Amino acid sequence: MMNKNENWERYQKEIADDHYYFARSCIRQNFFPAAEDLFMKILRDVLHKDIFDDPKQTSCTGIAYHSGLIPMETTMSVVARQFALMTEAGYRNFVCSCVTSFGIYTEVLETWKHFPDTEKKARDILYRSCGKRFEIPENLVHTSDIIYKFRLDIEKQFRYYLKNQIDGKPIRVVDHIGCHYAKIFPEKGVGGAEYPYVLAGLTDAWGGEQVDYPERRHCCGFGFRQYLLKSNRGYSITNSKRKFDSMEPYRPDVIIANCPGCTYFLDRWQYVIAEMESKTYGENGYGIPVLTYEELAGLLLGYDPWDMGLQLHQVAVEPILEKIGITFDPDQKYTGTNGESMGSPASPLHIKSV
Amino acid sequence: METLYQKLEQDPRYTEGLKACFNCGTCTAVCPAAAVSDYDPRMIIDLVQQKDEAALEQLLRSDTIWMCGECLSCKTRCPRGNTPCYIIQALRALSIEGGFFTDSGQGRKQLALKRTIGEHLLEYGYCIYIDEISLDMYPEQGPVWQWFLDHRSAILERLGASYKMDRAGALRNIDEVTMNELRQIFEESGAMKRFEKIEAASEEYARKTGSRFGEGKDEYFNRLYHGNEAGKNDE
Ligand code: SF4
Ligand code: SF4
Repeated sequence: MMNKNENWERYQKEIADDHYYFARSCIRQNFFPAAEDLFMKILRDVLHKDIFDDPKQTSCTGIAYHSGLIPMETTMSVVARQFALMTEAGYRNFVCSCVTSFGIYTEVLETWKHFPDTEKKARDILYRSCGKRFEIPENLVHTSDIIYKFRLDIEKQFRYYLKNQIDGKPIRVVDHIGCHYAKIFPEKGVGGAEYPYVLAGLTDAWGGEQVDYPERRHCCGFGFRQYLLKSNRGYSITNSKRKFDSMEPYRPDVIIANCPGCTYFLDRWQYVIAEMESKTYGENGYGIPVLTYEELAGLLLGYDPWDMGLQLHQVAVEPILEKIGITFDPDQKYTGTNGESMGSPASPLHIKSV
Repeated sequence: METLYQKLEQDPRYTEGLKACFNCGTCTAVCPAAAVSDYDPRMIIDLVQQKDEAALEQLLRSDTIWMCGECLSCKTRCPRGNTPCYIIQALRALSIEGGFFTDSGQGRKQLALKRTIGEHLLEYGYCIYIDEISLDMYPEQGPVWQWFLDHRSAILERLGASYKMDRAGALRNIDEVTMNELRQIFEESGAMKRFEKIEAASEEYARKTGSRFGEGKDEYFNRLYHGNEAGKNDE
């Protein structure tokens, strides 16, 4: 029988070494607007890799597709255009910054393999609309796969580790992978669908302790049209709440999420639950801080939390900064480029924000 | 005339998604939609594999096919290799193509999605875009979002984003050549036709039921987006 750790490390997918074409995420750009540049900074400055940020790219349309709004042919042709941009730029390794996109790209490639007519159709549509042709990427990964692959190289340059400076114990980390990372095609995700290791591997390598809780693999509750329509949002918050209630007894110090959508829901629904039911899941009236994997790496590398945009999280991140022992200037949280004051957000009633 | 099943069989998501279901209910057990409502993917798959044309049409006119969250948890778990979600994607497409979607409260909400996500893609090249995210529409964004909106240019400058700028980077303006290519893809691949169909069928439904029907985020949109009309299964 395999031991637990071997289970968690199975499915070592191929992750290219260098020279990436970068596909941005609509959600990450809007809700975590500094995260993608932080990711590229880590690749370029810490790992000395080549990554191309193409202004000609667009949304992958995945969110419209999964809301039942646009035809499959549309999404396939937009994906084809993104691949054409990669081809034109001279790259072969495609890396996307969104789990929904990652699911879309892998799904399109799999469908083309099994239904070659659909690929031909996408090629025709692309040529008719844009005069473009494309090659299939040699390697397709999610941004977190690259952080995972180079986790030990990144760690060499850390200023901080996942050690609680207050009690000396490892930081307890909840990881949330996002359904479309490995549930659609388990062999395309590090660790597969049962034991996804892409974020747990960061926790292990960077000194933290994994929190294993019953609803670890449950959906965050995005549900596409179930969140995008205000009338349907009960779906979304109820599923997130199921996860919070399940993780609470394990007293996590931080949640890290793979998908920008999940990061957003796990952050904002804690705020809403607090405002509706005076219920907070962190310590002393705070929520459990929610970070993306590149934000976590950035913090441990010693980058300034406010230059990374952590002031845009609704759940305050200060508790985790303090536990790790990160030095930061609270007065710079809500200032502009030259230190000018921009006021501060109103304080929620029931969840501590500073 | 083609039957609904003949149409369905042309959709690779249907052929890929439905092998043979033996009704074990595993998909329902893991389904987050089933966890929060009386939705049951097992019943959908079972109904679809009966090959009963009338029952299929009824399904296409119901709320049921719109309850799925497309998380695809069911794909990983089905012991028979079915993918309930793929079948649902094919059913949703057929419900719109056949004009059945306006017969259910949830189906009618596709208009609200077209007028948000759909329009954002055509206008900005992003499916969601900061300038369109108000606290009225997304109150869960919280006070931090209001502060962000109030100071968006200065904050995004500090964060090194390219908001409203013609250069690579987060939230950049997408150039006109690219936008025209994207719109042309929408035209050639059937998305524009689908959008027109959603508008036209919604307008017809509104006329039939005596509701005022305008453009953009009008009163009709707001009812679909914010509220639940007469609630679920209101037929
Ligand atoms: S898990 Fe598969 S076999 Fe079981 S009820 Fe669902 S679709 Fe049918
Ligand atoms: S994809 Fe739909 S049917 Fe399948 S588990 Fe998710 S919500 Fe349920």
